[in-house]
Amino acid sequence: MAITSPENRIWWAEKVGRAELIWITIAFLWGVFMFAMMVWWHLEGNQNLSNEVYRIVPEVFEEKTEAFTEKYTVREESGIPVAKPEPGVDVYMLSRLWEWWPILELKKGQTYRLHLSSMDWQHGFSLQPVNINIQVHPGLEHVVTLTPTQTGEFSVVCNEYCGVGHHTMVGRIHVVD
Amino acid sequence: MSVAAETGVIGGIAAKFRTCPATGLKIDLAAEKLIKANAVVAIVFLAVGGVFGLLVALTRWPSVHLLSSDMFYLVLTAHGLDVLLVWIIFFEMAVLYFASAIILNCRLAAPRVAWLAFILMLVGAVLANVTVLQGESSVMFTSYVPLKASPNFYLSLILFAVGALLGCFVFLGTLVIAKDEKTYEGSIPLVTFGALTACIIAIFTLASGAVILIPTWLWSLGYISHIDTVMYKLVWWAMGHSSQQINMAAQVAIWYAIPAILMGAKPLSEKVSRLAFLMYIFFLQLASAHHMLVEPGLSSEWKVFNTSYAIYLAVLGSMIHGFSIPGAVEAAQRANGYTKGYFEWLRRAPWGNPAFAGMFLSLVMFGFLGGISGVVLGTEQINIMLHNTIYVPGHFHATVVAGTSLAFMALTFLVVPLIFQREIIWPRLAKWQPYLFGLGAAGISLFMMGAGTLGVARRHWDITFSDATLSFEYPPLAILMLSLNGLSGIMAAIGGGLFVVIIVASVLFGKKVDASNIVEALGPMPQKRVSEAVHKHGSASNFHLPGTYTLVAIFFLAFVVYYFVNWKYLSELWQLG
Repeated sequence: MAITSPENRIWWAEKVGRAELIWITIAFLWGVFMFAMMVWWHLEGNQNLSNEVYRIVPEVFEEKTEAFTEKYTVREESGIPVAKPEPGVDVYMLSRLWEWWPILELKKGQTYRLHLSSMDWQHGFSLQPVNINIQVHPGLEHVVTLTPTQTGEFSVVCNEYCGVGHHTMVGRIHVVD
Repeated sequence: MSVAAETGVIGGIAAKFRTCPATGLKIDLAAEKLIKANAVVAIVFLAVGGVFGLLVALTRWPSVHLLSSDMFYLVLTAHGLDVLLVWIIFFEMAVLYFASAIILNCRLAAPRVAWLAFILMLVGAVLANVTVLQGESSVMFTSYVPLKASPNFYLSLILFAVGALLGCFVFLGTLVIAKDEKTYEGSIPLVTFGALTACIIAIFTLASGAVILIPTWLWSLGYISHIDTVMYKLVWWAMGHSSQQINMAAQVAIWYAIPAILMGAKPLSEKVSRLAFLMYIFFLQLASAHHMLVEPGLSSEWKVFNTSYAIYLAVLGSMIHGFSIPGAVEAAQRANGYTKGYFEWLRRAPWGNPAFAGMFLSLVMFGFLGGISGVVLGTEQINIMLHNTIYVPGHFHATVVAGTSLAFMALTFLVVPLIFQREIIWPRLAKWQPYLFGLGAAGISLFMMGAGTLGVARRHWDITFSDATLSFEYPPLAILMLSLNGLSGIMAAIGGGLFVVIIVASVLFGKKVDASNIVEALGPMPQKRVSEAVHKHGSASNFHLPGTYTLVAIFFLAFVVYYFVNWKYLSELWQLG
């Protein structure tokens, strides 16, 4: 029994049943397959998170984001500037208690280098209803290459708890043709 | 207690013990008291943490929306602490003492150290609750820096971890004594081996906790100026996730123990089952990576290797147990004469015994809901769709509530007659407990996972964003999912409440157990009528186990299908590089 010592003292020399061996082989190969799947997706898949990250002082990131916003602002929404950059350029979005700033307007099918960082605590960039989720840290500038494939109005919800105003932290990305 | 305590030599020196009427084992009274104390405190915190959990579920039910936002985040922090840490680790201490002193027929090493461990853990647990309820520490269970709690929050966790660490050493000491004094023959039983696995993982876990919590405590006091946010998470999760692997090892040990106690089930192969535990020791700790798959600052190579537990070797361990445990039950039942068709052994299993029902439901739900979702969630790229959504708590409520907590409850229905020496009061009500709690927990898991698939954020007070400058609405289906989650939460709370009430009442007012009623006290065991037949069985080479093969095939098919469905969804996402 499992609550008594093995009846056969040399239990390690016992033969393993055939069915159990078959199952172990299947389970092992499935594991190897799942591992290979992640590697393969890095080579052939279109959804991989970038590893391009820099250490940055929050104030410096804020300056860069402000300069970017000033250059590309086309209008305001609820008092928040909407930046419409040319396709292919570096775009910035900062997170702080409790907003994503600025609002972006991107073109469908164009590729952008999106720079993300936090001014204070950790935040969670959760693009909805697309459902892309990226953790945002203070002091780290994460550069993500992003290609929108749909048009419409998308929201950036914060999904990392960041204090009492957490549930009011919503940003916006517009995608146009 | 009908059998008077005797003083005699167990494990080398004189100790007080009684003789168990069921097994004839010498039960060290010091170990028995410690098991009782740890189990009782565990259940008290389960009750407290469970109430917090119900409040969370009712707040996330949009049309109920019970608590204010401050209270919600406070209660959510307390819920995580009380059930994920306090209930589970206290119960695990009881399991460690049971699997060493009781099963090995030995005295417990250094009971005074074990009491010191108990007191440290209790002080830590109470201090943690008081600190969180004071309101300055609503930082969630994870307390990610630079979010700062009051210093006592970290201190309480350090005290708790140090206490638990001492308990682990008492367990190891007991193993040494038992071996020295030859209280058992040959190798330690499989269940003790599983507990040893849990203990080794626990030491790694608690040491990681100390490594990260001590500097964080000093930081909260102002002695350290900066804690790196990525490093914090990496080391914190070496405690946070690995502590769930303690549960894993402990609950697998319980899955082996309950069929062994009730029906004399033997592992199909000692070698394979022990190897599977060994894989946990080697690989489970890599799981910090599961929480860092969409984190900046860690390379994809690191993520892929670690998140897969080195090419899924720990998952392989679980899949082996997933075959071996139902296989052991089937072999035992077939040996008892339930040989018709594929599933007579399962149909005629003691489903009216809450220990068996809880154990088997826990096994099935852990595998199908928790295991499969865990692997999918932990796939590097798929995690982009699921990170920090409510899918994550959906997954771990399947593992920790439907899996671990249900398994611990099931074992408690045997601990009460064997250790507290009381019959379970209201056996008819007890019969329903695992089903109520299990179904509730399954509902919580499924509906949270459903809402998470639709993007709903975890740890979020208001998914209608009524106070936000910019508006957003989740699909109406998500609201429905959260409502069903609330209903499931009520059901699980009723099942959990029933458990607490039945156990407390049984311990206080249950009929005393002695040699005359010990067997009945363990609950219905229909197969005992052929108990003479239980002699030599359980080897897979003697038995054809078609029921287990079928169950495992269904599991594997579900796993493969669900895995590819998620890759399909991922391929439709915006392009990311």
